[in-house]
Amino acid sequence: MTIASLKRVTQRGATPQATNGLQHRRPRTFTPTDLALLVASAASAVCLVWFVFYQLTLFSGAAGFVMASMAVFLVMYYFANRQVFDRMVAADRVVASLVTFGSVGVVVALGLVVGFLYTRGRGLISWHLFTQDQHTVTQTAPASSGGISHAIMGTLEQVGLAVVIGAPAGVATAVFLNEVGGRITAAIRIVITAMSAVPSIVAGLFIYVLLITEFNYGFRGFAGSLALAILLLPNITRTTEEVLKVVHGSLREASMALGAPEWRTVWSVVLPTARTGIATAVLLGIARIVGETAPLLVTVSSSAYFNPNPFQNPQEALPTFVWQFYQLPLSKDVERAFAAGLVLVGLVIVLFVLARLVASIRPGSIHRMATRFKRSPVEAS
Amino acid sequence: MSVTSEGPPSPPVGTAAEPPSPSQPPVPRTIRVSRSKQDRLYRGSVRGTAIAAFVVLFLIGTFLLLKSLPAIDKEGWGTFLTTTAWNPSGTPPTFGILAVLYWTIVIAVIALIVGVPVSLCAALFITDYAPLRLRRALVALIDLLAVVPSVIFGLWGLFLLQGNLQGFARFLSNHFNWLPLFKSGGNPEFTNSAFIAGILVGVMIVPIVTSVSREIFSLTPPGEREGAMALGATKASVIRTVVLPFGRGGFIGAVMLGLGRALGETIAVAIIISPSFIITAHLLSPGANSIAALIAREFGQGGKTGAEALLGAGFVLFVFTLVVNFAASYIVNRSRTGASA
Repeated sequence: MTIASLKRVTQRGATPQATNGLQHRRPRTFTPTDLALLVASAASAVCLVWFVFYQLTLFSGAAGFVMASMAVFLVMYYFANRQVFDRMVAADRVVASLVTFGSVGVVVALGLVVGFLYTRGRGLISWHLFTQDQHTVTQTAPASSGGISHAIMGTLEQVGLAVVIGAPAGVATAVFLNEVGGRITAAIRIVITAMSAVPSIVAGLFIYVLLITEFNYGFRGFAGSLALAILLLPNITRTTEEVLKVVHGSLREASMALGAPEWRTVWSVVLPTARTGIATAVLLGIARIVGETAPLLVTVSSSAYFNPNPFQNPQEALPTFVWQFYQLPLSKDVERAFAAGLVLVGLVIVLFVLARLVASIRPGSIHRMATRFKRSPVEAS
Repeated sequence: MSVTSEGPPSPPVGTAAEPPSPSQPPVPRTIRVSRSKQDRLYRGSVRGTAIAAFVVLFLIGTFLLLKSLPAIDKEGWGTFLTTTAWNPSGTPPTFGILAVLYWTIVIAVIALIVGVPVSLCAALFITDYAPLRLRRALVALIDLLAVVPSVIFGLWGLFLLQGNLQGFARFLSNHFNWLPLFKSGGNPEFTNSAFIAGILVGVMIVPIVTSVSREIFSLTPPGEREGAMALGATKASVIRTVVLPFGRGGFIGAVMLGLGRALGETIAVAIIISPSFIITAHLLSPGANSIAALIAREFGQGGKTGAEALLGAGFVLFVFTLVVNFAASYIVNRSRTGASA
């Protein structure tokens, strides 16, 4: 914005009436004229694009139609507003609509992903999907036969072991960065950033090289857990460090002043204060690794059998099940892939919602809830 | 913690009995901390974990490099980086990552072209337009999009997105074929192409780019924003004159973080593309590739040499994403501390 145009605008607000020939404009009002302009531009844009699309048949497909309508709408809206008001109003309105389109687009994309999966996958959701595996299923059996219990079991075990390894290590690294420190802090922080950038397939390849080719460990659930733990650790460390930074220093000092040793301070004061934040970090980290396919492909392999032991023989996991079954030629196998995908997304959404719920717990409220009935009436008032 | 931090040992100057002369500045007394055994154990174990993270990252790089050396040494690094074909089980085995690297970058660039404008719009909507309640909901939805597994995106791309983009691809090919990018190359099909994989990956990088740039934009000094408003600027002008110049560096960093994600994306790309080892400019035609997708698809094939060749490809991808992400986090951190890029 140039100074000249700013001057031009500032002159307007001097009196409520229009002065020196310029019309007074309030930025946040939305008059019937504005609404009419909006509706008219939208309608004419859609009509024009429809005409070009389906009458002149240059184009086809819903995605192209929507995108072209949006573009034409923006152009029309600009010129309509420019005609009625001025260039600044027009630019402002067009930017507002453009930005709105962007965020609506993101929401629509999410809705399409989940909705599409739901419509394709829900048909097979039944009780025995969760209780049976695939090893008795023959080519001629209907799509509803068999289940994905082996994949669910595998995912839960692999991710569980990854959390057992990765979460304490991630929190400990964050404690080191924020509470202990030293000369290597900067280097460790760089390493954590670098680790969070490692592509998941590279983490899988590393475990493959280390365990499976070097030590002849074989494809097992546990190998996958280790690969997932590598992906989980930097994730948890980065979020936990942010949470620990927020813990007030006076709490630490109070604890030290009472004579508590450092480990006591961290264990009984810092970590409990940051409890909900750490829980959120862990849950979000889990949600992120539950659906990792690539590292499991190169470390766990797959199996049609229910194998509850992650330390022996290959296991199935939900993501690898989807990856395998969508490639099979029969349409019922693709259906099974969609059902497993829906279960996987359901798991991710449950974890995500849990994380948000935990994050919304205010510090101390658990304690208050627990002690509500113990308090004396005097104290409560 | 300041009380217990290990400062460099400074000589004690002046004791209580002998006050320091006024010409000498007072030097703080060195604090000697004697830690209990438990404390030393605690510090040692926490430090040990942090160092373990360092060791793991170091091992990833060295193991991939060392284990891929036998095959690549036989071929030579020059040949490995400049060959387009991938046939490690042939006699003699020939394999190189030039074509794969080319397609990796092509897909990532298409992803940025698609994903970055959408992310910019969404981030600006969240920081500058949305009312508080809508803002919270949008942030949550975008975070949720970030945790949707890539295999799910892959299915969605293959079974829904691809069909819907056919018309668009055909349109580009029919009317813009004077551009070599949009030539069909004689193939009437527009499926399994770098174009579709790129758009899909573009959708997938939206959450990371949006959330980082949203954070950067929200750091815009409110005084400058209000100042512009007080001078009569419209919202669009505030964005153009205050928010974007302030957040430019951080936004570039966010885009590079997205680029890092796009380069390493494995399963979604592997689901969409049909593998190709030829370098062509035909984006719309079937046939593309990426290093990560190559590893996922070829794993377990080509015997020992094949495995070693894949490890070499993995090493190249590792180095590539590390460089991109270091640059990105450097830029983001610099712009967070207030210095403009």
